Amino acid sequence: MTIETAATQGKKDLATNGSALKGNYREYGLVLALILIMLFFQYTTSGVLFKPVNLTNLVLQNSYIIIMALGMLLVIVAGHIDLSVGSVSGFIGGLAAVMMVRWQIHYIPATILCLIMGGAIGAAQGYWIAYHKIPSFIVTLAGMLVFRGLALWLLGGQSVGPFPPQFQLLSSGFIPDFFGYPGFNVTSMLVGIILVVLMIYFSVRGRAKREKHGYQGEPFTLFVAKNLIIAGIVLFLTYLLSSYKGLPNVLIVMSLLIALFVFVTKRMTVGRRIYAMGGNEKAAKLSGIKTERLTFLTFVNMGVLAALAGLIFAARLNTATPKAGLGFELDVIAAVFIGGASAMGGVGQVMGAVIGAFIMGVMNNGMSIMGVNIDWQQVIKGLVLLAAVIFDVYNKNKA
Amino acid sequence: METILEMRNITKVFPGVKALNNVNLDVRKGEIHALVGENGAGKSTLMKVLSGVYPHGSYEGEIVYNGQEQHFRGISDSEKQGIIIIHQELALVPLLSIAENIFLGNEPAKFGIIDWHVAENRTRELLAKVGLKEDPLTLITNLGVGKQQLVEIAKALSKDVELLILDEPTASLNENDSDALLALLLEFKAQGISSILISHKLNEVGKVADRITVLRDGATIETLDKQDISEDRIVTSMVGRQLADRFPQREPDIGEVVFEVKNWVVHHHIHSERTVINGINLNVRKGEVVGIAGLMGAGRTEFAMSVFGKAYGRNISGEVFIKGEPVDVSTIGKAIDHGIAYVTEDRKTYGLNLIDHIKHNTTIANLDGVSHSGVIDDMAELKVANEYRRKTNIRSSSIYQKTGNLSGGNQQKVVLSKWLFANPDLLILDEPTRGIDVGAKYEIYTIINQLVSEGKSVLMISSEMPELLGVCDRIYVMNQGRLVGEMPASEASQEKIMRAIIRAEGKAS
Repeated sequence: MTIETAATQGKKDLATNGSALKGNYREYGLVLALILIMLFFQYTTSGVLFKPVNLTNLVLQNSYIIIMALGMLLVIVAGHIDLSVGSVSGFIGGLAAVMMVRWQIHYIPATILCLIMGGAIGAAQGYWIAYHKIPSFIVTLAGMLVFRGLALWLLGGQSVGPFPPQFQLLSSGFIPDFFGYPGFNVTSMLVGIILVVLMIYFSVRGRAKREKHGYQGEPFTLFVAKNLIIAGIVLFLTYLLSSYKGLPNVLIVMSLLIALFVFVTKRMTVGRRIYAMGGNEKAAKLSGIKTERLTFLTFVNMGVLAALAGLIFAARLNTATPKAGLGFELDVIAAVFIGGASAMGGVGQVMGAVIGAFIMGVMNNGMSIMGVNIDWQQVIKGLVLLAAVIFDVYNKNKA
Repeated sequence: METILEMRNITKVFPGVKALNNVNLDVRKGEIHALVGENGAGKSTLMKVLSGVYPHGSYEGEIVYNGQEQHFRGISDSEKQGIIIIHQELALVPLLSIAENIFLGNEPAKFGIIDWHVAENRTRELLAKVGLKEDPLTLITNLGVGKQQLVEIAKALSKDVELLILDEPTASLNENDSDALLALLLEFKAQGISSILISHKLNEVGKVADRITVLRDGATIETLDKQDISEDRIVTSMVGRQLADRFPQREPDIGEVVFEVKNWVVHHHIHSERTVINGINLNVRKGEVVGIAGLMGAGRTEFAMSVFGKAYGRNISGEVFIKGEPVDVSTIGKAIDHGIAYVTEDRKTYGLNLIDHIKHNTTIANLDGVSHSGVIDDMAELKVANEYRRKTNIRSSSIYQKTGNLSGGNQQKVVLSKWLFANPDLLILDEPTRGIDVGAKYEIYTIINQLVSEGKSVLMISSEMPELLGVCDRIYVMNQGRLVGEMPASEASQEKIMRAIIRAEGKAS
């Protein structure tokens, strides 16, 4: 009897471990792919990739893609797509320039108005998709044309700038250094260390809580190794960034948003309902989920994030151009799919989309430094996207 | 009699599971051979091996067909030899016509140009053979499930079938359609066509089968000849134990009326001038199991779904009372809040998120029960999922198994878990045991009994009359959107129910 119980207990733990590994297996693989790609370019660019100034650039260049990928992940998990985000971000960048430069509105109310406008655009598109069941592909394709046109009209076909210096800090600023140690931003390093400590604290606490309730998580060694590796990477990157100008403001904004969206998707009822809806809308509806409203809100959220991305991009260029945001939607959607989301809906992780965006970003950056022509860059990026999705589908069929 | 098919020592292994273990099956020419077994016993896997869905080389053992060993590498290989399989989930294209469906992938064409004239004429002949009076140009979506089944069979006939495999052909058919289908099988038999019939309905199997092979846990248990076939014998062999009683006993403890519907009228969701539910009045008491009997298309599902937050229908009128108080059930959320739950008849389409695991499916209808101000409490959720997995006896490796990979019975238990956790006062069950095996049925009846003993009430829709008679305290009979009879289960019988329906049909026409 005792033997039997022990045996079944062992089996149960094994099963939980197995599934814990299996569940995260894709995310680990993705991180590994990113690291390999980074090491590859570090080698082929003779060490330029990891230079602090380049690393800082990498963050600045990709922040707006990542921010939009957060919203796009929810849209795609909900079973939809948004093709309009590039045009919307361009339009909002133009709107910001007109308000701040031409009309001389203070940058804070102007920023808030732009974000509200983004939400309103998302709502306008989401309304047709959610309540009238017009396919999102079509509604947002129309939106893509409409807002590209409106951006052109708004700016009169010209570039408008420069922005007020405080607004530029959104993209080009770094968190202030209170220590004044030459050549090293101590505040940034401290922020990095505090972050790592918090991360480990929550991780250990979560594990202790699971064990208190009698559920075994991943094996202890794996747990320790995982935390050490992540802590090491974060500290190393923080160190590199600190030895240049410190942590960019936009990295802070981005990190907070990533943390928020991970929390929403993993821990909040709203997030869970979006996954349920994407997995089987009819079943979700019959379980009492207000699927229409949820779809609508997903697009409102996307609109706000597209607006924020547009503001960051405009602040970075310090001018709004009618062409801003052209083709962004493709990078954003590619990032989400490389990150493992399913085009059928219901599947996808925030961290996957973020890593997917970084994979695209590092490839852009690395190939540019190597001097690969823009034409071949496109070809290679396309093939990587295809390979990532084929890999996913293959694995799913094998399982 | 000569043997047409012999499957010898078939073993099929999936990662971690031995789905088939040295299975043997032989089918004689012109016989109806039934294949029975609980869900997950390996029936469908065996048929997939036979039809080449799992190609030669992915399994061990050999298939001898018409005296020759076969190495099927895909369905087209086996179809060429006259082996046609009709799956439980029909594979027709809804927006194409009957003729287009029958000749899909097999069109009578010259240089790629389809000769529709030939196709339509041949379709007419085939439809006559299966006894379906429909125009070849009718779209599939306009046919009922029973007729669609016949179209599938006509399609099989178009391919010169020698061995017809039917996977649960009558699972979603009413009694009349089922009988017609079985008669058709007998007719084919007379023409020398062999059939393999997979079915959970043992009375049907007993009616038409010449021999029965029983599978259990991926192994052949025995093959019975016609004279040895009895329901008890099959059941014993299937579950490996004596199932003393098909329905668990219960001492009814019935209280006051908790749920009442008055003058309920519902119109069709597209053709809003058509009345689907026409003035229904019914009630359910505390601790009572009330059944709704009726033929397919009587409006039972439509009624249940319209009560459940207007999930079906238009221009709905009437009143719902809970414990004597009129309540607003105009949205699904409100219906759930008022303690109503509806367990769908179609668990794959309406019941489960098949790409997600058991845990998430269990809590989705009552996330508030495991969360505080919108934040889910992981530990509480884990506890709930494990608790309900145990309560409803879901067989899975853990709560992290995808519901899409569970057998039908276990899927049904996940849907039940979801609604049990929502803690309703009234649970509406729509065909709760459709397509699931005897053992799982018994478990579901046990859950129902447990529920009413806790003071809940159950409204159960079922097309299996023995089940209604065995489980319910009181039975309503519905026909064409009206209630045409009400009787205590103790006075009810299959004949009485049928008589009520037929009498109503007579009045209606």
